[in-house]
Amino acid sequence: RLLIVYPWTQRFFANFGNLSSPTAIIGNPKVRAHGKKVLTSFGEAVKNLDNIKATYSKLSELHCEKLHVDPENFRLLGDILIIVLASHFARDFTPACQFAWQKLVGVVAHALARKYH
Amino acid sequence: MLTADDKKLIQQVCEKSSGHMEEFGAEALERMFITFPQTKTYFPHFDLQHGSDQIRGHGKKVATALANAAKNLDNLSQALSELSNLHAYNLRVDPPCFALQLLSQCFQVVLAVHLGKDYTPEVHSAFDKFLSAVASVLAEKYR
Repeated sequence: RLLIVYPWTQRFFANFGNLSSPTAIIGNPKVRAHGKKVLTSFGEAVKNLDNIKATYSKLSELHCEKLHVDPENFRLLGDILIIVLASHFARDFTPACQFAWQKLVGVVAHALARKYH
Repeated sequence: MLTADDKKLIQQVCEKSSGHMEEFGAEALERMFITFPQTKTYFPHFDLQHGSDQIRGHGKKVATALANAAKNLDNLSQALSELSNLHAYNLRVDPPCFALQLLSQCFQVVLAVHLGKDYTPEVHSAFDKFLSAVASVLAEKYR
């Protein structure tokens, strides 16, 4: 969804092959694999809620020094994740739930931006 | 820029939701007040409890304005002109667009909750663009 709704984010995935249309993106195996990587990493944050900064320290350096990703993109991805959760959990994704998750994605985005220089 | 396909998708969503305007608008506002408490600063005169008449009434107003905007996609500036004046000169929701972005996020969450799978990536993209365009127009006259 990030690559579809905010197409400029495709700039970070030049070697992912065909990203030319929503259908291509949705069916792209590299996109799926990367999605799994990112969500698994989120899972780590959830297991380490008291220490998110440390959990993302290396990834922050990576995103700055090697990947050169503008941290604004972390915010965009966070918002998209919230919408995906809403579409899967429907009414169970209550306002209180949304509140907690918006805070979490904010904290993760902040942790990922922390080591930028 | 809204493509022809985007416009179709936006109008379809609005038609699908037409019986739920008040409900969706109110839910979006409620989510916004809970998720982004700073937005409550614009409504010190409101009863912000769950289900309040004021939230329901205001939600209906917002949703109706969006439905109207969806019917005038080729002329958003004009269609939203009054509201643009209101937000810029009277309400001064500040900084321009930022709080509106938060409402946009909450509106999309409401649609995702209610449409589930039907809130496809394509629909999501079209609606995100639509709400961005609306926010832009509302912020046009800030300075």
